[in-house]
Amino acid sequence: MTNKELVLTEDMFELLDESEKNSEFIAIQSKTFSKDTWDRFKKNRLALIGLIFLVIMILAAIFIPMFSPYGYEEQDMALRNALPSLAHPFGTDKLGRDILVRVMYGARISLAIGFASAGINLVVGIIYGGVSGYLGGKVDMIMMRIIDIIYSVPSILYTLLILMVFGNNIISMVIAISITSWIQMARQVRTQVMSLKEMEFAMAAKVLGADHMRILMKHLVVNALGPIIVCLTMMVPNAIFTEAFLSMVGIGLDPLIPSWGRLADECRQLLFTYPIHIIWPIAAICLTILSLNFIGDGLGEALEVKR
Amino acid sequence: MIKYIAKRLLIGVLTLFILMTLTFFAVRAIPGNPFSQDAKNLSPEAYAALEHKYGLDKPVTEQYVIYLGNALKLDFGESIAKKGQQVLDIIIERAPVTFGLGLVAFVIAVVLGLTLGIISALTKKRWVNSLITTLSTLGVSIPGFLFAIIMMYLFGVRWRILPVMGLSSPLHYVLPAFALALSPISMITRLTRSSLKDVMNKDYITLARSKGTSELMVIIKHGLKNAMLPIVTYCGPMFAGLVTGSLVIERLFTIPGIGAEFTDSISNRDYTLVMGLTIFLGLIVIIMTIVSDIVAAMIDPRIKLGK
Repeated sequence: MTNKELVLTEDMFELLDESEKNSEFIAIQSKTFSKDTWDRFKKNRLALIGLIFLVIMILAAIFIPMFSPYGYEEQDMALRNALPSLAHPFGTDKLGRDILVRVMYGARISLAIGFASAGINLVVGIIYGGVSGYLGGKVDMIMMRIIDIIYSVPSILYTLLILMVFGNNIISMVIAISITSWIQMARQVRTQVMSLKEMEFAMAAKVLGADHMRILMKHLVVNALGPIIVCLTMMVPNAIFTEAFLSMVGIGLDPLIPSWGRLADECRQLLFTYPIHIIWPIAAICLTILSLNFIGDGLGEALEVKR
Repeated sequence: MIKYIAKRLLIGVLTLFILMTLTFFAVRAIPGNPFSQDAKNLSPEAYAALEHKYGLDKPVTEQYVIYLGNALKLDFGESIAKKGQQVLDIIIERAPVTFGLGLVAFVIAVVLGLTLGIISALTKKRWVNSLITTLSTLGVSIPGFLFAIIMMYLFGVRWRILPVMGLSSPLHYVLPAFALALSPISMITRLTRSSLKDVMNKDYITLARSKGTSELMVIIKHGLKNAMLPIVTYCGPMFAGLVTGSLVIERLFTIPGIGAEFTDSISNRDYTLVMGLTIFLGLIVIIMTIVSDIVAAMIDPRIKLGK
């Protein structure tokens, strides 16, 4: 600290004129919650790439089958197992069906299964976790023991039982996938609700006479939306994974439904003769799962969710 | 400690009982009966005899009690599709194959996971760290069975250096074991990395260093030992994952283990076998989870006290 001490004197300052003062002016525009989240989300490059990929995938799944000259079942026996070409960018399979169109139909099915089961998980998880966390005490203990018990067996066993009972259509697939995966959501919601219900705003709502339902849904769950959204994003890839897994072991959807898992299984059987076919379903599944994971991570960061 | 173990065992028994009950009623709820394929050619007397043989002519509740009683004696009855074979004998015959493969995968996962995790936690080189992080992110996201297909193609079809069918030599274990271990390796790497990084900043590490302990001893004795807890608690979910993975990996690599038998029994609608194998697989995972929980409690006595 050898610096010369700066001596402030009166004549170094000058009073501002009244008109020049604008202490009330806010230089930064105030941001809404979603704008703020989006701004932070954008900074995560991987998450942004994931989002762009997912949007392209969804658009392609909607529009490519609409405008393609081929149907997903349309066979062309003269053109079986063709390599990629201009007419068939991904080639054709063993029955001469266009693989690009089939992969895009697969995207419709697999993404629909993913989002549908995520939706079910959302509802069941919020209700179960919300009630458990809000009521606490004995009820909470029993509800959590039930979850522990369900969770301590590989979920695939329950999934397989459900599929056996309800058959191999898309709806029973969604139910079978959702049968255990709501647990994560329920746990997340419970943890959030338990800590939020001790906050002043919950107390305030109670004092103002709000009933339990209103406090839980309007005040607690809404404030737990960050973790819920992140948890929800992670459920879609899980569902896509499970569907592919089940098709791989030969128990999944009806063979006529070209889901991604079914396509991968079909192409796998030709691995030794036409290995190029397998690239498309594998790439579609892996890239979609990866992008959703990146989006989930990015949202987690943007919403400051600790996991 | 004894109280904790007793509590865990009780939950385990309860879980198994619920799984058995669900399995029983799920199998009973499947439309049609196990003989429907043959039934067309059977006289009513022969059909009644068949039903009598498998005890299907009794009321459901009585069947349930008999089934529970027999299951306690490990008697799961006779396979429906494989005439004359006891379910228990099939399990005894097939289980060693699955356990062998699972054990190899487990060792690979622990050794590789710990090594990569330690390297990534301690390295000063940024590229090493980001390489390991990227690989573990990919490993967690990419489904093991799709990874297996890619490996099958590269090593089995393209370069022809590794066998892709059966388990007849040590070389045969390489691909399926790595495919099974992919996700556990990545998880253990991540857990080791974050846990060890945490521990290495603790005061007792500085103390050990300042007392002149060699760096290797510091890492192994003071660092790793204290960083092991999350990895031990991960073992429960890992065993569940290995069981689930064996279903698809055994099918892909045509390995005659429990997993392949299980998926076959579902496709064949061999209900006694499905029930026996579901309970067996559930039991294995429950036991493994209890063991890893107890080990975790032994390592860290704080677990018993809190949640």
